[in-house]
Amino acid sequence: MSDTQPAPSVFGVADVSVRFGGLVALDAVSFAVGHGKVHGVIGPNGAGKTTLFNVCCGFVRPDAGTVLRHGRPVSPRPDELAGMGIARTLQGVGLFRGLSVVENVMVGADRHRKAGFGSTLLALPRSDRDERALRERAMAALAELGADGYAARLPGSLPYPVQKRVALARALASEPDLLLLDEPASGLGHDEMTELGALIRSLTARMSVVLVEHHMDLVMSVCDKITVLDFGKVVADGTPDEVRDDPAVIDAYLGEEATHA
Amino acid sequence: MAAPTKDTEVGVPPAAAGRFAAFTRRMPSSTLGKHALTLLVAFVVVVLVLELTGPFRNSQFATMAYYGIAAAGLTVLTGVNGQISLGHGALMAVGAYTTGLMLAAEIPLLVTMLGAMAVTAAVGAVVGVAAARLHGPYLAGATLALAVGLPGLAIYFDHWLGGEQGMRIPSPQMPAWFSDAIYFLSATEASSAKYLAYIGWVTLLVVLFLLANLMAGRTGRVWRAVRDDEVAAELAGIPLGKVRVLAFVVSAACAGIAGAVLGIVVRLAAPSGFTIVLSLGLLTAVVVGGLGSLVGALLGSALLVFLPPFVTNVGTDIGLDNTQAAQLAPFVYGAVLVLVMLLAPSGAVGVLKKLLKKLWIGRSTRRTG
Ligand SMILES: Nc1ncnc2c1ncn2[C@@H]1O[C@H](COP(=O)(O)OP(=O)(O)O)[C@@H](O)[C@H]1O
Ligand SMILES: [Mg+2]
Repeated sequence: MSDTQPAPSVFGVADVSVRFGGLVALDAVSFAVGHGKVHGVIGPNGAGKTTLFNVCCGFVRPDAGTVLRHGRPVSPRPDELAGMGIARTLQGVGLFRGLSVVENVMVGADRHRKAGFGSTLLALPRSDRDERALRERAMAALAELGADGYAARLPGSLPYPVQKRVALARALASEPDLLLLDEPASGLGHDEMTELGALIRSLTARMSVVLVEHHMDLVMSVCDKITVLDFGKVVADGTPDEVRDDPAVIDAYLGEEATHA
Repeated sequence: MAAPTKDTEVGVPPAAAGRFAAFTRRMPSSTLGKHALTLLVAFVVVVLVLELTGPFRNSQFATMAYYGIAAAGLTVLTGVNGQISLGHGALMAVGAYTTGLMLAAEIPLLVTMLGAMAVTAAVGAVVGVAAARLHGPYLAGATLALAVGLPGLAIYFDHWLGGEQGMRIPSPQMPAWFSDAIYFLSATEASSAKYLAYIGWVTLLVVLFLLANLMAGRTGRVWRAVRDDEVAAELAGIPLGKVRVLAFVVSAACAGIAGAVLGIVVRLAAPSGFTIVLSLGLLTAVVVGGLGSLVGALLGSALLVFLPPFVTNVGTDIGLDNTQAAQLAPFVYGAVLVLVMLLAPSGAVGVLKKLLKKLWIGRSTRRTG
């Protein structure tokens, strides 16, 4: 059908399997994200979405299969991701509670630092310059999310939706070209979710996004492609329209929603 | 996402904020400038205090200096980076014994202190590598083993280290320029207690200056980030192991310098001087002062030095005999610790900050209102 060569994906996994004891959490799962695309991963609770993210980030080593970055197999440690241009937000917020909002985001920007231990120890002008540069990066990321007014506050004193914005700003401050979002809409109201959707779309000018999410509306409106997991298996893979009408998906996911309703 | 919401909850009223801004404009804007100015002011205060007090107080201040150096290093490790150590007394022992050996070989004092720092930092690196993999009670247990085990080496190698009796440490000669400077300052003869107090406090101030630089910059921020959430720190590209080992090395270097100062002040390094009681005392000082704060470490070590004799004096004044009065001190010390933990979990520094904030606001509202 298609005789054009597909563009090499920015990121993906191929035939990844993970077993926890007797439980098969992921069974030969593959997906690939195109450049500047938003890829959704959905599925009922316990389907293996977070496990899949943990494989992508090196927190869980797969029993079989590979993680692919620009078509090449990689197995990075979690602390090497940022250097590879990959940022991830955590389910929940995961902010540093003893650091102010701007300091939180400065940690996110840490891979752009230039000054070393020696210049910090002696407070050389080089260290001050570096700190100013990191702070500017952090403030720019906060401003993009409309959270720069909270820069000096501690995260614990802020409403939950604002904390989630700060966590997103921290991920953006590293200037990744791939962003992994684990349930970014949890705990958000309807309007905030609409804004989040618009934001994610606007990010595609700079980066590709993988989105694990529970809210079908958001996923359907934001993603270019969607992978549906059920009991660790890919049951559907395609555009939102293709996935929406897939009987297997209605069985696995929408069926569950119906029983929850 | 949402429209920018400006911070409406301002802690300080506008008048005070304005005055504060005017004040900070006159301060140097660079970290180096600010910290160097603070260092200078602190040095002037130290000179005044040491010149206005006698040899007995001078020697108490020398003691406070080495507790302060060790406590400052410990607060970086425990308060800032979240790693507990019950073994800092043992690290001080490494510094003190190294000092004894080097001074006996007639190596100059400054080189000796740097040597003690380097050797202890190296031991700290080894301990730190092990510690980086341990958490909570396991880390406490491992460092406790260090506190209990390491001084035993002095008994095992008693030929070099003096065994149970300990190793005498030669007192450094007071240079002529020092007694000249003291005579010029206060027209008094420089005592050896005063010389040791100056060595201790100049060292303490330099250590505090360097640690304050670290804490104000990238290093301190990353230490705190790893303490608060290791997964999030890792995802930001922070190598957890390296960051934790660095904190341990910096902290151990401080303990080594503290041990060097202790060595020349006490003139003896003996296993009985570095028991678990010393390690626990340091930890207590850091908690009472305010975990993670350098000023807190200083306040805590002041308490460590000045509270026990004060309580003993009060004890004899109210008619207790000497042994009873001496037994009172640890009791009061424990009570202070419990009270601080219950009433002021942020330590003495937390209480001070609140007081200062109240005073600041109180004064400015009275002016404007
Ligand atoms: N560390 C683990 N050890 C054992 N089982 C796990 C572990 N992590 C996840 N699981 C199991 O793997 C399955 C997939 O979980 P998860 O990836 O969290 O699903 P999801 O994020 O889609 O809700 C679940 O049955 C879960 O109980
Ligand atoms: Mg999950």
